[in-house]
Amino acid sequence: MKSAEGTPNTRGSSGGGRLQTTREKERQCSGAQEANAQPGALEAAARSLPDGRHGFALLPHATAPASDALRPLGQQQKMIHSLFLINCSGDIFLEKHWKSVVSQSVCDYFFEAQEKAADVENVPPVISTPHHYLISIYRDKLFFVSVIQTEVPPLFVIEFLHRVADTFQDYFGECSEAAIKDNVVIVYELLEEMLDNGFPLATESNILKELIKPPTILRSVVNSITGSSNVGDTLPTGQLSNIPWRRAGVKYTNNEAYFDVVEEIDAIIDKSGSTVFAEIQGVIDACIKLSGMPDLSLSFMNPRLLDDVSFHPCIRFKRWESERVLSFIPPDGNFRLISYRVSSQNLVAIPVYVKHSISFKENSSCGRFDITIGPKQNMGKTIEGITVTVHMPKVVLNMNLTTTQGSYTFDPVTKVLTWDVGKITPQKLPSLKGLVNLQSGAPKPEENPSLNIQFKIQQLAISGLKVNRLDMYGEKYKPFKGVKYVTKAGKFQVRT
Amino acid sequence: MSAAPAYSEDKGGSAGPGEPEYGHDPASGGIFSSDYKRHDDLKEMLDTNKDSLKLEAMKRIVAMIARGKNASDLFPAVVKNVACKNIEDPNQLIRASALRVLSSIRVPIIVPIMMLAIKEAASDMSPYVRKTAAHAIPKLYSLDSDQKDQLIEVIEKLLADKTTLVAGSVVMAFEEVCPERIDLIHKNYRKLCNLLIDVEEWGQVVIISMLTRYARTQFLSPTQNESLLEENAEKAFYGSEEDEAKGAGSEETAAAAPARKPYIMDPDHRLLLRNTKPLLQSRSAAVVMAVAQLYFHLAPKAEVGVIAKALVRLLRSHSEVQYVVLQNVATMSIKRRGMFEPYLKSFYIRSTDPTQIKILKLEVLTNLANETNIPTVLREFQTYIRSMDKDFVAATIQAIGRCATNIGRVRDTCLNGLVQLLSNRDELVVAESVVVIKKLLQMQPAQHGEIIKHLAKLTDNIQVPMARASILWLIGEYCEHVPRIAPDVLRKMAKSFTAEEDIVKLQVINLAAKLYLTNSKQTKLLTQYVLSLAKYDQNYDIRDRARFTRQLIVPSEQGGALSRHAKKLFLAPKPAPVLESSFKDRDHFQLGSLSHLLNAKATGYQELPDWPEEAPDPSVRNVEVPEWTKCSNREKRKEKEKPFYSDSEGESGPTESADSDPESESESDSKSSSESGSGESSSESDNEDQDEDEEKGRGSESEQSEEDGKRKTKKKKVPEGKGEASSSDEDSDSSSSTSESEMTSESEEEQLEPASWRRKTPPSSKRAPATKEISLLDLEDFTPPSVQPVSPPAIVSTSLAADLEGLTLTDSTLVPSLLSPVSRVGRQELLHRVAGEGLVVDYTFSRQPFSGDPHMVSVHIHFSNSSDTPIKGLHVGTPKLPAGISIQEFPEIESLAPGESATAVMGINFCDSTQAANFQLCTQTRQFYVSIQPPVGELMAPVFMSENEFKKEQGKLMGMNEITEKLMLPDTCRSDHIVVQKVTATANLGRVPCGTSDEYRFAGRTLTSGSLVLLTLDARPAGAAQLTVNSEKMVIGTMLVKDVIQALTQ
Repeated sequence: MKSAEGTPNTRGSSGGGRLQTTREKERQCSGAQEANAQPGALEAAARSLPDGRHGFALLPHATAPASDALRPLGQQQKMIHSLFLINCSGDIFLEKHWKSVVSQSVCDYFFEAQEKAADVENVPPVISTPHHYLISIYRDKLFFVSVIQTEVPPLFVIEFLHRVADTFQDYFGECSEAAIKDNVVIVYELLEEMLDNGFPLATESNILKELIKPPTILRSVVNSITGSSNVGDTLPTGQLSNIPWRRAGVKYTNNEAYFDVVEEIDAIIDKSGSTVFAEIQGVIDACIKLSGMPDLSLSFMNPRLLDDVSFHPCIRFKRWESERVLSFIPPDGNFRLISYRVSSQNLVAIPVYVKHSISFKENSSCGRFDITIGPKQNMGKTIEGITVTVHMPKVVLNMNLTTTQGSYTFDPVTKVLTWDVGKITPQKLPSLKGLVNLQSGAPKPEENPSLNIQFKIQQLAISGLKVNRLDMYGEKYKPFKGVKYVTKAGKFQVRT
Repeated sequence: MSAAPAYSEDKGGSAGPGEPEYGHDPASGGIFSSDYKRHDDLKEMLDTNKDSLKLEAMKRIVAMIARGKNASDLFPAVVKNVACKNIEDPNQLIRASALRVLSSIRVPIIVPIMMLAIKEAASDMSPYVRKTAAHAIPKLYSLDSDQKDQLIEVIEKLLADKTTLVAGSVVMAFEEVCPERIDLIHKNYRKLCNLLIDVEEWGQVVIISMLTRYARTQFLSPTQNESLLEENAEKAFYGSEEDEAKGAGSEETAAAAPARKPYIMDPDHRLLLRNTKPLLQSRSAAVVMAVAQLYFHLAPKAEVGVIAKALVRLLRSHSEVQYVVLQNVATMSIKRRGMFEPYLKSFYIRSTDPTQIKILKLEVLTNLANETNIPTVLREFQTYIRSMDKDFVAATIQAIGRCATNIGRVRDTCLNGLVQLLSNRDELVVAESVVVIKKLLQMQPAQHGEIIKHLAKLTDNIQVPMARASILWLIGEYCEHVPRIAPDVLRKMAKSFTAEEDIVKLQVINLAAKLYLTNSKQTKLLTQYVLSLAKYDQNYDIRDRARFTRQLIVPSEQGGALSRHAKKLFLAPKPAPVLESSFKDRDHFQLGSLSHLLNAKATGYQELPDWPEEAPDPSVRNVEVPEWTKCSNREKRKEKEKPFYSDSEGESGPTESADSDPESESESDSKSSSESGSGESSSESDNEDQDEDEEKGRGSESEQSEEDGKRKTKKKKVPEGKGEASSSDEDSDSSSSTSESEMTSESEEEQLEPASWRRKTPPSSKRAPATKEISLLDLEDFTPPSVQPVSPPAIVSTSLAADLEGLTLTDSTLVPSLLSPVSRVGRQELLHRVAGEGLVVDYTFSRQPFSGDPHMVSVHIHFSNSSDTPIKGLHVGTPKLPAGISIQEFPEIESLAPGESATAVMGINFCDSTQAANFQLCTQTRQFYVSIQPPVGELMAPVFMSENEFKKEQGKLMGMNEITEKLMLPDTCRSDHIVVQKVTATANLGRVPCGTSDEYRFAGRTLTSGSLVLLTLDARPAGAAQLTVNSEKMVIGTMLVKDVIQALTQ
């Protein structure tokens, strides 16, 4: 499998650059003739596929790494050379090369690392192989593995890969293997526009949508009949402007601007119920459907709460610095306006508490499990959507529990207990208790598992952040405006 | 993989007819069905007149090529029909795509065509086409590296481009083609810094990383004075107990220690730091990291802290981002622990974190642990030790070990904790603890006989070889502490010797040898037995060791010379191991780079150069700009350069003060713009801008509710003041404290609409209003005409006008050249009539020594009341001043009747910098936020010295302290009088008598520090002249040269 990777390594030799260049030229020239006269090569290519991995884009392998190896230093070094999409079962189901083809076999290093890691989350995002570096992300049960040949900031690549995944999400509604396979044409078009010669070109969703239309059922039918493609007819003028994130000529009959203020509480609560660490992180997601070129400014009643803010590029930084007003010409559609952290001086209200008693008896292959959850500082709002997830120790075989509210499941394979509680009513606190069956003979677990809690409070920003007003300039119509607040649990963990 | 048969085939040959993949491709009707039959229609499409068809055809070709398909049969069609023709197309997008197609064709024959096309495109009118040209450069370079020289020419040309669209792409090309040609950056450095905020995110990363390298070659280390001390502190940290003092302490000592050479940051260095800082708030993790590494590598120690907050924010991001950021934080937290200490808790570990994240967080927590926070950290560690994730537990134990070695106070606590772990059920935990305990005991063995005994007992249970080996080594090393147990352990080990692992066997031999030397009576036989066993071991290492040991310890017949020293050899005191972070010294790789992450040099990694010893010539970055007038012009250029929403400040050069903080800087900038009145489009917006300045101050003050109340009442009285309307908008924004009920939202919108348009309108439309603007100011201004500029022609800024005015004034008075009491700056507006609600305030630099404090610049403030009510209780409110700057307030003016004027004198210690002093001017009812920014020439006072003294002092201020610039004196400026007038009007210097007629010398001292400022002007009769300024204060020197040249040449 590794033969392609293992070709003679002349990267280190800096001399002879001229000679190698000529060799390469020759190969390129001869390539054209070979293409026509080589049905055999195709078979070779087909054979070279690893077992069990079918690719949508079957490409002939093996030659490109060889030519990489022959490349003198400082030449042909692309930031992002190739991209492989790999599903959970290890199939490479899509590949894209921006310049020369890199053999799929390079992914073997990735699979090796994956095996070693035992767990998808623990695959190192950066892997060094003899001739390449692999930088990967894991999103929605898919691995995006990019092949890098040269020094590049790893975050640059990671950020780009996430942007690719975001774009798929945006175009197809989900970023899944099925969605990508169904829209493989658009996927390639997108990738082609997003990266030029290994360097990001158009990554703003608004520009991409001008270049390449998102799929609709009607269009795909029409396309298959007429043979036309999704390439947009209009020219992406946004690319030329100072406002590259907004497409031109937006028109809506109903002009609307919605903002969701979503705050998440990250917390670690220790055994005794005291807060070890708590912090509020928030985002403002916007859904803007406004015609023309609206210029918005959004102000807060209490902007001082925002301690650390990161902005969408559309926001005028100076305005924020001097007046604490978010002033921007928005992109069209959905986007994240800001994310922020609430200053750490503010005490964080913890909306729920958990009473817990989990114990494993020595030498008796059973244990007790008892948790009760209740509202604490909920600002008079209902806490809903409560879910408790517990990763039980490996020695737990099964759990026999009864619950006063909601339902629970225990997966004996992953040892994950999930309790779907729903709403809390203060009259009767929901509880979950019962027996835990342990593997007989095994030593009792050292540690009690920690409880991960999810909840949601509608119409409340727990930090107290409040939008004051939204003004629109530059357009004549009266838009419909709306703000919604939600508080959620972020990484909310109770140690027991 | 069956690579061999395919090996000879080129990748270009892949596009055979009927390629297998189309069997799978559900969308064969789409763009990728580029089999041969469809090439005809591609050709047709290329020939049409329809832009969209051409565009699509080209996209399809690019896609084909990108997928490694052979498009060479389309080559003639593309080149002939599209590339060549379309490169001339009127539509810029078509031109750009044509170039993209052309440059994607990887056939060597077209290299010359491509070269031509790139050159053409590089001078295209459309920035988008130029961007594409930049993208094409690396493609051509990879096709034929012989073109390098020509390509560099193109890069040089594109680097000079002033648009944000091109900047990122051309720097990318620069990095790929000629990263070593740092000289190409000089002239573009300031522009790149200023454009940066408006460049797209990917370009920002590339530019920042390039500028980091650039700065390392061009500027001096901002920490040069601290570096020595830091090293000492570092040693103290690892070796002794008093590491507490390290963070803050060393900085204090650094400040206190006599500086070897006063370090002054190059203004360009400062510019880079200032312009990258806002990007810490980018949504892109890559940009944030790029800025963070820039600050880490380039900023003075005291300023690096700002990056911590942003990096901690990234920890909320995707796990891959966390992974990379934590690696970098781990490296940074070793060098700059204090920076992350406030965020300690953000690194606490959750049971749901992936193991690799846990271990990195643990690393950071360990690096951050110090005397103060160690109790909390250890409590956290206690929780971690009980985790189910055993790799993580092992890492925690090592972390505890490191804390114990680094922080003496908790050593015993840690040791006890680890000993307790020895009874843990998990063998791995026990083994790891043994290894760590061994290292800790080595530091102070005498007190821990008990622990060693305890460990000895464990040999029966622990099976992990490393742990067993560690125990044996410990017992051997400290056998005198456990004289009874040691022989017994040896007995047991002798019994199980053959079954042991190799590392254990080696330690058994070691133990035997040491016991033989100390207690040969009891162990002689045992030792011999062990050595005999070892002699026949399968492993040659062990056989060797046994033979060697026997020769050493058992005295042979010859009485070998070595055996006499056996004791010294075996029982020599051994230094305790240092438990170090694996991230130590990793910062020799540029942070944020792939190489840093892998801790190995990646292909194509550009070393981060060391700081130079001597600063290279800073003037290489100077760009010749026509009519350079300080702030006002800068303001104007900024508008021309179009930044959409940034606060970049045009071509701000060395006129910037060196160490002012960004906020005060920007504030003073906008202030000066509203003062001088340039760059505003209408009087409304003028007012609004002033108001923005006020708001800044007011925002911070909004907590002071009593003042709020006052303001509110006042506001209601005011009839429709223009400045008022916009400020009411601010009030409703900034806090709930003042809500203006009478103001309807409609009126607000009306007021603000022009403002928002102004921000949006393309920069080209800026010029006309700017010219109109000045006349507006002059016409409407009813303030006493006194020294206000008399409407200068066209765009000439008011500061220039002030120059002219200064000139005429001094011309008429013709004071003796030694005294130069009149500043060229003339009267400056501090508060406009409208903004001040009838109160007009101007100020002048009197150049008289300030009576209260000789370090202060004396500023005369002229008040006049143009309203119809008396103004009462004029005084200075709480000033908000940058560090070092202080103000001596003027005595309160009790009342100013309508039409009356008054003058007060106040002193400002500007601390030898041109930072603005901001303060409030309060009346009984109102507060106005004003600021005074001194021209550099006012920061000094003349001194009298003889020619010899002057020469002597000048001799001391050579090298870096000398700034020389050549200039041409215009005809109007050749006479002695005029030259002296102009120089002394620009700077408050005294004339030094001079023997030669063509030389002029001036001397002064800066007010705050009393540093000498020596100015020499060597004028040849033909008009060529050379200006030299010698001063310890390099920044002042540089700025002074600029100002004087400007005064002389205009």
